[in-house]
Amino acid sequence: MIGIYAEISDGKFKKSVLEAASYANQMNSNGVVAFCVGSTNDDEIQKLSKYGVNKIVTIGSISFDSQNYTQILSKAIQKENIQTLILANTYEGKSIGPRLSIALNASLATNVISLPDMNQGFSVKRSVFSGKGFAYVKLIKDTKVIAITPNSIDLIERPTSISIENFDGAVSENKTNITSTHKAEGKIPLTEAEIVVSAGRGLKGPENWGMVEELANLLGAATACSKPVSDMGWRPHSEHVGQTGITIKPNLYIAIGISGAIQHLAGVSSSKVIVAINKDPEAPFFKAADIGIVGDAFEILPQIIAAAKLNLN
Amino acid sequence: MKILVCMSVVPDTTTKISFIENNTKFNTQGVQFIINPYDELSLTKAIEIAEKNGGTVTVATVGLSDTEPVIRKALAIGANDAIRVNAEPKDGLQVASLLADIVKSNAYDLVLTGRESIDYNGGQICGLLAELLSWPAVNVCTKIEFENGNMQFERDIDGGRQNVTCSLPVIASAQKDLCEPRIPNMKGIMAARTKPLSVIEPNINETGSEYFQFENPVAKQAVRMIDANQAGDLINILKNEIKILS
Repeated sequence: MIGIYAEISDGKFKKSVLEAASYANQMNSNGVVAFCVGSTNDDEIQKLSKYGVNKIVTIGSISFDSQNYTQILSKAIQKENIQTLILANTYEGKSIGPRLSIALNASLATNVISLPDMNQGFSVKRSVFSGKGFAYVKLIKDTKVIAITPNSIDLIERPTSISIENFDGAVSENKTNITSTHKAEGKIPLTEAEIVVSAGRGLKGPENWGMVEELANLLGAATACSKPVSDMGWRPHSEHVGQTGITIKPNLYIAIGISGAIQHLAGVSSSKVIVAINKDPEAPFFKAADIGIVGDAFEILPQIIAAAKLNLN
Repeated sequence: MKILVCMSVVPDTTTKISFIENNTKFNTQGVQFIINPYDELSLTKAIEIAEKNGGTVTVATVGLSDTEPVIRKALAIGANDAIRVNAEPKDGLQVASLLADIVKSNAYDLVLTGRESIDYNGGQICGLLAELLSWPAVNVCTKIEFENGNMQFERDIDGGRQNVTCSLPVIASAQKDLCEPRIPNMKGIMAARTKPLSVIEPNINETGSEYFQFENPVAKQAVRMIDANQAGDLINILKNEIKILS
């Protein structure tokens, strides 16, 4: 059996959970079991059945602690006789994936971007060197934990019926205590965004980000920035994409006033379509982009915004 | 407080990545090696905590003798001593198992590392090590402080940040924003030469995976240029030709 960890975010399953289900339903197995902690509703559970999940094991709500989540999840997973567990490489997935691999005595691969290749034992492709390379790695233990990069697996529907089972297990008291949580309301998390509008020093100052945000809103995109921009405090570090920032792979990446240094490209080069806008025709970004516009951001952006208003729903 | 910082030695961020021996090995020729940038943040933070609250900072690296110049740099930044496990790093499980052994035999209160290394980008060590030790862990931290007898953390979560407290012992990983990395001064560089760097032989050899092939990303086709006066055409192309917008 293949297991997936179905992370619940505000009572819902995120797209990355459906990607994990799509990954699992393409593997040769006699069923897909989802494991979730916390409460959700029937509509959400039916959504999983559309992507090939036959069974969901629900665990009552507990405050997030990677150690306790691992303890209870590994018990539930072992009970279902799971050989391979798929989870998304979100922040929560990063906290529990490695722990689960130890608890389950499993091989672990993170940042995985391909389905397993069974011709080489059991091997997967993962991105390494911050997007500057790929590696093929063989997982040698009988049990496997695979953490997939969001946006790297296509959604594949495989409708089935789904049974629901509750798993009751005692957990000890959490050793870590969450004292407060701050979430940016209505903002698309950068790592999950399908479209990203990113800007650099070419914008000249933080006061000019209104244009960037306006375009992002029109496209339903998340906003990002280059390292110098976050280093100067124009934008928060959480928006910094690149080798020492966040690595992203959206369907569309629009870079405005970013030269395209190798460290920046490392974080974005896996994007499906890259648009570079820069006033310097020699900017290295034009070598990595699919579409380029040479021009000043202050002249180019208003034209694009006007066209987006006119032509997009 | 006894603090252990787990450190990776990685290629400099400007390195052009290439592979040799039929794409089975990373080409290290001409490559400059550095302290993994996230580990450098955890090292700086460890030194700050030890300075404020009293304590020592030990750096541990799994690597062959060629990593020693980089380990000396960590000592120059301000670590008190260093341990090198004389083994070639193979995968996260092997490295974490070797590090767990060091933690078990030295009674550390706090273990810090980076959120991931910039070469293999696994982001595994914090979680693997924590589970091997049965310790609590707080991953991807933008704040790590010891206050009123407890550890206080701020960590990244999807779409936001979260504050977390925990008593010792605990393991945490560093995210950008945690602090400014410290640059070694002349006094530190001189002192580093005589600070203890012990080399231990590995007594565990467990791995969970084997890397057998590498490749570089496929080169992009030539860029298609749009005239600056027709910049609005971009939307049309993305919508009607590439069909990525609706």
